[in-house]
Formats: sequence, C-alpha cells, structure tokens
Amino acid sequence: MTTLHIDDASPLVLYTLRLADNALVLGHRLSEWTGHAPMLEEDIALANVALDLIGQSRALYTYAGEAEGEGRDEDAFAYLRDAEGFRNVLLVEQPNGDFAVTIMRQFLYSAFMLPFWRKLMGSADERLAAIAAKAEKEAAYHLRHSAEWVIRLGDGTEESHERITDALADLWMFTGELFEMDDADRALVERGIAVDVSALRPEWERTVDEIFAEAGLTRPADVWMQTGGRGGRHSEHLGFLLADLQFLQRAYPGASW
Amino acid sequence: MQTHGSVPAHSELERRAWKAAATVTDPEIPVLTIADLGVLRGVRVDDAGAVVADITPTYSGCPAMNMIAVSVDVALRNAGFSDVKVNTVLSPAWTTDWLTEEGRTKLKAYGIAPPQGQTGRHALFGQDDVECPHCGSHETERLAEFGSTSCKALWRCTACGEPFDYFKCH
Repeated sequence: MTTLHIDDASPLVLYTLRLADNALVLGHRLSEWTGHAPMLEEDIALANVALDLIGQSRALYTYAGEAEGEGRDEDAFAYLRDAEGFRNVLLVEQPNGDFAVTIMRQFLYSAFMLPFWRKLMGSADERLAAIAAKAEKEAAYHLRHSAEWVIRLGDGTEESHERITDALADLWMFTGELFEMDDADRALVERGIAVDVSALRPEWERTVDEIFAEAGLTRPADVWMQTGGRGGRHSEHLGFLLADLQFLQRAYPGASW
Repeated sequence: MQTHGSVPAHSELERRAWKAAATVTDPEIPVLTIADLGVLRGVRVDDAGAVVADITPTYSGCPAMNMIAVSVDVALRNAGFSDVKVNTVLSPAWTTDWLTEEGRTKLKAYGIAPPQGQTGRHALFGQDDVECPHCGSHETERLAEFGSTSCKALWRCTACGEPFDYFKCH
C-alpha cells in the first residue's frame, strides 16, 4: 500500500484538506441514516445534506490534489489515507447517536460553516472562493433545517427536550476546535486566502443563543474543549467510520464500476 | 458575458456545437434541457480544434452531473465532433436566476413550482410565496425542506390538496 503523508504538505494543501475532510466525514456520517431516519422526509433530508457535503469534499479534494501536484485525486485522499492522515475536527466524526445528537451536531457545525463560507467567498484564492460560493447556499439550507429541528425538539415533549439537552451536553466540548488556528492557517490568513475563524465566534454565538432561546436550551458553561482532529489525533470513532467508507478500495484496490 | 438561453458562441462551428449540446436534458427533470437550466455555460472551439463544453453543477453534490457530462459528450459526437471535452466550472456559482423563462414555464407545466423571485438572504430564510403548479392557488405550505432531488423541496397545496415539488430558490 502506498503511504500517503500530509505532514509536509504546503499550508494551502493542508487547509484545503481540512475543509474537505470535515465535509467528507460529516457527509458519510449523515449517509449512515439513509433508510433509518425517524420519518421519510428526514431520511430524504439527511441524505440530501450528505450529498451536498460529499459534493463539497470532492471539489476540495480535487483542488488539494492539484495544489499538491503529486498526482493524487479525490479518491486517493478519501480512500487511501488512514485515520491519522485525516485532518477533520472531532465534532464531525462523533457517532450519530439518536436523531437529537445528529441534529445538534449538524446545527453546531452549520452555524459555523455558513459565516465561514461567506468569508471564504472573498478569498484571494479564486478556486476556494468558487467552492465557497456554491457551499454557502447549501450551508444556509443545512442551518435552517437543523435549527428548526433544534427548536422543535427543545420546545417539544419532555422526552425530546431531554434528548436534545443531552445531545448538547455531549457535543459542546467539540465546538472549541472549530475556532482553532495554527501557523499554516495564520500564514494563509495573512495572504488573504484563509478565513480568520476567531473573528467568526461572535456571529456563531449569536446564532446559537438565538436558536437556543427559542428552543428553551441553555448554552453550557465553559467546559474543557477537546481538540486534536486538525492535527490527526482522532477519537476511536473515525477508524470505524473509515473501515466502512474505505472497505471496497482496501479489499479490491483500484476497483471501479 | 453570456446571455441566458441564447447562443453564447461565436463561430458557425461553435453555434452548431452549442445547438447539439443544448439538446441534452436533465436526467431528473427530463422536460428541461441543460440550456433551460443554465447548466450549460458555453461551448467553444479551443486552439487545438477541440470542442469544449462548460457545464456547472446546480448543487455541489448533484449526482446528475456525471450523467450530464456523458450525455453532452455523446450529443457532440453524434453531431459529428470527434475531439470533445466536457469541463466542469464552478464560478460564477449557479443560482436559480440562471433558469431561463422558458425553463420556468416548462417546469410549471410539468407540475414543479418554479423558484419564486430572486435569490438572496430573504429567499433563503424568509417565507416563500409559492404558487401551486396544479391549481394556481397561493394557499400552499412546505412539508419538507428537502425533496426528491437536491434542488427541490416538498410542498402541499391546501386549496386543491395536492402535494408538489418546489424547485428551491438558491
């Protein structure tokens, strides 16, 4: 098997891969609901959101491969890296749990990604700006869909309220990583390519507070924030996810149909 | 700058190639051609004499894109072009504003409510006023944010009782 390293990747390749990995891993997670969602409309909705995210990841992986210039295509990135090669945030690899967990994970992520894509649309990198312009409209739908469900569950029955509250308590510790930046990010921010994510926090908090107020939820007090995914240190869940996602290419290298 | 629905090509050869590519229909909405949809951005002949067709996805994950690319390739080859390239472009991003007037009329006749108004924040977050494609009533309500394909939502008419697809404003 070819060993594929990204530790010496250029900042642009690393930046693009992190975005692609977020989209692919969350897209795959959502696809696990296909045929299992609590109702037909939500089955279709989650599959559609998954499709948007996997589509975003394809465009990003293709660009990362071109920027890297070593002949890797989208499939090489998706199928031929082990867990430590992935650079997604921990939030997106967390298991689906019940419907409330899936919805809360989607809401926390989408509330971040909508303003993120809006900023990236102004990137000095034309290709990233073009991908962002498509993804921004999709993220707006993902946010609206998940926010409506957070309100419905939070302001619903005693049981739905309890479940969405538990989901929030389980996932909140993974939100800090969304706002992290390292040297690679800062180098690109200076060149007008990357988004300064620390500046997105006020808008994200406003969105979260506004929806939580309607849902009757309280933003958890400051807790210890988990981190590591952006550096390739993942929870045990990612390996199981990849075993599923990569099975065919691992068992039958180069298979296509 | 291209004009939607017209022939954004310059030479006779390019016009012929555009007409051939523009016959391709959307595999999921077969009453619309990719020209009606604004998915076909342009057809040109490059310096090496190859015909290059530019197509753009409606949504990042639109699963019809591969099929559309193959269909454009076949349509151009059937029209006598042997050196054909189909190129996917992302910028400027597709919006429902790219849908031609003819495309909107065809959608409605097919039973799909065309996107209402212009794209933008209001269209995304505000309440859409959607006309029932069956009876014309505006007494309609959204059943689900997502429908049978990425580009559609599921609505229902409370006047005639029929559910219908709404081509989302995007």
